[in-house]
Amino acid sequence: MTSRKLWRFHGGVHPPFHKEESNQLASEFAGIPAQLVIPMQQHIGEAAEAVVKAGDKVYKGQKIAVADHHGISANIHAPTSGKISAIEERVLPHPSGLPGLCIVLDSDGKDDWGDCKLTPYSDYQNTEVSELLQRIRESGIVGLGGAAFPTAVKVSGSLNKAVSTLIINGAECEPYITCDDRLMRERSAEIIEGIKILQYMIDPQECLIGIEDNKPEAIEAMSKACETEENIEVVTIPTIYPSGGEKQLIKILTGKEVPAGGLPLDIGILGQNVATVYSIYQAVVKGIPLISRLLTVTGNGIQRPQNFEVLNGTPISYLAERAGGYTKMAEYLIMGGPMMGFALRDDHIPVVKASNCTLFVSSTVLNESNSAYPDQPTLPCIRCGKCMDACPLNLLPQQLYWHIRARDFERAESHNLKDCIECGACSYVCPSHIPLVNYYRFAKGEIREQTETQEKARRARQRHEFLEFRKAREKREREEKRAAHKAALQKKKQAAAKARAATNGAAGDASDSKADAIKAAMQRVKAKKQARAQQAKKQTKEQTKPTKDAPGINK
Amino acid sequence: MQFKIRTSPFFNSSNSVRSIMLQVLLALIPGTLVMTYFFGWGILFNIVLSVFFAVSLEALALLIRKRPVLVFLGDFSAIVTGWLFALSLPPLIPWWIVLVGIFFAIIIAKQLYGGLGYNPFNPAMVGFAVLIISFPLEMGLWLKATSFAEQSFGFIDSLRIVFGANMSPDWDAITMPTPLDAVKTGLLTGMDYTEIVRKSRYLSDSFSNTWMWSGLAFAAGGIWLLYKKIIHWQIPVALLLSLLFFSVVFHLYSPQHYASPVLHMLSGATMLGAFFIATDPVSASTTPLGKLIYGAGIGVFIYIIRVWGSYPDAMAFSVLIMNMAVPMIDYYTQPRVLGHKRKVDL
Repeated sequence: MTSRKLWRFHGGVHPPFHKEESNQLASEFAGIPAQLVIPMQQHIGEAAEAVVKAGDKVYKGQKIAVADHHGISANIHAPTSGKISAIEERVLPHPSGLPGLCIVLDSDGKDDWGDCKLTPYSDYQNTEVSELLQRIRESGIVGLGGAAFPTAVKVSGSLNKAVSTLIINGAECEPYITCDDRLMRERSAEIIEGIKILQYMIDPQECLIGIEDNKPEAIEAMSKACETEENIEVVTIPTIYPSGGEKQLIKILTGKEVPAGGLPLDIGILGQNVATVYSIYQAVVKGIPLISRLLTVTGNGIQRPQNFEVLNGTPISYLAERAGGYTKMAEYLIMGGPMMGFALRDDHIPVVKASNCTLFVSSTVLNESNSAYPDQPTLPCIRCGKCMDACPLNLLPQQLYWHIRARDFERAESHNLKDCIECGACSYVCPSHIPLVNYYRFAKGEIREQTETQEKARRARQRHEFLEFRKAREKREREEKRAAHKAALQKKKQAAAKARAATNGAAGDASDSKADAIKAAMQRVKAKKQARAQQAKKQTKEQTKPTKDAPGINK
Repeated sequence: MQFKIRTSPFFNSSNSVRSIMLQVLLALIPGTLVMTYFFGWGILFNIVLSVFFAVSLEALALLIRKRPVLVFLGDFSAIVTGWLFALSLPPLIPWWIVLVGIFFAIIIAKQLYGGLGYNPFNPAMVGFAVLIISFPLEMGLWLKATSFAEQSFGFIDSLRIVFGANMSPDWDAITMPTPLDAVKTGLLTGMDYTEIVRKSRYLSDSFSNTWMWSGLAFAAGGIWLLYKKIIHWQIPVALLLSLLFFSVVFHLYSPQHYASPVLHMLSGATMLGAFFIATDPVSASTTPLGKLIYGAGIGVFIYIIRVWGSYPDAMAFSVLIMNMAVPMIDYYTQPRVLGHKRKVDL
């Protein structure tokens, strides 16, 4: 831990952080629930495809769904041994509350690996990078900071690029969530080992671990674990939401800005969450695919807030039970934190790879700064600019809001709507209590739909234009052919006339040759007539047969 | 188990329009007290009447517009408008003039445009502009400033004057031109500035210069608002600096014909306007650079109108002029978004 020049990103807010509630107890293994529900879509990109069927017996760590090989996707493994009882639609942990395809696994309690454990690479330093990348891909690792972007894709993109800085995200800026905090305290050595694997693979000039200063124990543990590492540095950053946003953390640590619409790699930076790095360690050094993670169960709606090591697909109700059950205050169930998470109606929904927190909370706590929220009436925007001061992207939230209200999505886009990360800082500070983020989500959805329709229309127009073009081309070609034919015929006639004139001139006896020519012509006509008569006979025979060359083209 | 549903963010800060307006009102108290000390009950009557008319007319308009009356009265914006408007009126002005001004402020400038948040022009300044044009004589009758104990009118007398009940004072004897007024007419009649200063009680004896004291008191309230982050620094700073710049340049050029910068900074509505009126968020520019331009523009217009225009003070007109430019200023001064190179496609 050294003092290092830090930068500030614009804006940011200080909501109540509520970290102590869940970061006091050591994390525990949550246990194996009787039934796991494993969604096929738990990462950004294409859904994985099930390779087991109902009735199959599976081992722990067995690949039960493979990544869609057409696009960005990730494998899914059985978190424990048991029997596949169904592959069916279940409600997903998603704000829409819609169902999606899931593998339902009835555990047998044996937690039997069979021979599904992958061979550990004890000596990864002497292993081909491509092999390690394949291991990361095979293990179904995705970004565990929330976005769930397949890690292999992210890492492979950085292999052929110069990476100056590897940034490890331990900021954990979202209130209530402490799973990264506990992970860093308890498994710092493994995280450092995971970082070293990444360093070996992409060879960055430096590696910075950013941790907010409200986690002194984690900072200490991580600093200790990398004491002997020359190229890894723990950097304490000020606590401000959303410092854990990728672009924000990069700005804080390096002063660099990720170009709009671009990737951190464009400026030579690769970012990884601490939990993701831990999973890389597990996959490479232990041969364990991503089947579990640390997850915070917290809030005043739960008896004993704590962090748990949770199997992928564990129902939330099971976790609530493990944390001592609900209190009377369990009014809301929030997946993620209170700034960017989403409310779920039902606790039978499973947790997935990207789930970092299940927050059970009462409205009294959520509304502690503003007791009437969100039932109080929304007032008009008074353009006070507090949202502008809070925006970590330096957007103009109130201008966006006006344009979206007027359904002027074009103007909203020109005010850089698509840069919005939906962190909620603007809604948080708004004195008129306008749900600004909802407006942005709505507008983004509308714009997406509009562009899709436009794309469809564009393609239809393209097809139509090509059809027209083809018709015109065919017509032109026919006419050219006809013209060429005509020209050839005329040439022939002219040539024949010329030849005649020439022979006549040469012989000097015009009348004789003329008589000869007439005779010859008469003979030719006769022969032709005969031939035609014969052909006519033939044709009458053939007319019963259908002709192949339909005259359809001659319109 | 079933849970309730709502959307993120689930947290909301303690900010509210009402608390913003309340803090503005609190910040107005020092200046208001200073003015009351020097001008007597008339100042308080103006405030009470203005606020009463403003709230009543706002309620009436909301009723007609079928809007939730209590919700919108609870935002306290009508009280702020009424109070600010009252502070721009001379004491003991007849009640019905107050009503006319407030009618234009609340009904015409605010509610007809859609109420809170939708008015392109500063409502209090619209009301003031209407009055200064329509009733220039009455709007110029500023009492001689004395200490509160030496006021020529007590509570009852003041009340009778305001309501026109058999009480018509000899205005010439009890009023005195404001410093800006004195300078304006003095320069017009060919006096030079030093002579004007010598003749004006306010200007020759800074201790009795009520305008200076109330200006400083409003500035103190404004600085408190800055500290509480209710207003941004850009508008007051740009306004005061641009006014200071022009007054210094011209005063140095010709001290005999152009009033001193101190007079411009600490007279009339400069401080009240810089911290409380130009900073009205609804009608002001919102971007950081835009606020600087907006504030500086107001400062420039104040100087131009005060020196070469036909009114001694110019806060209302300057603010209204710059209000018109706000949409354009905001569009061309969008801040650079993280990761973007340029600000806006021109």
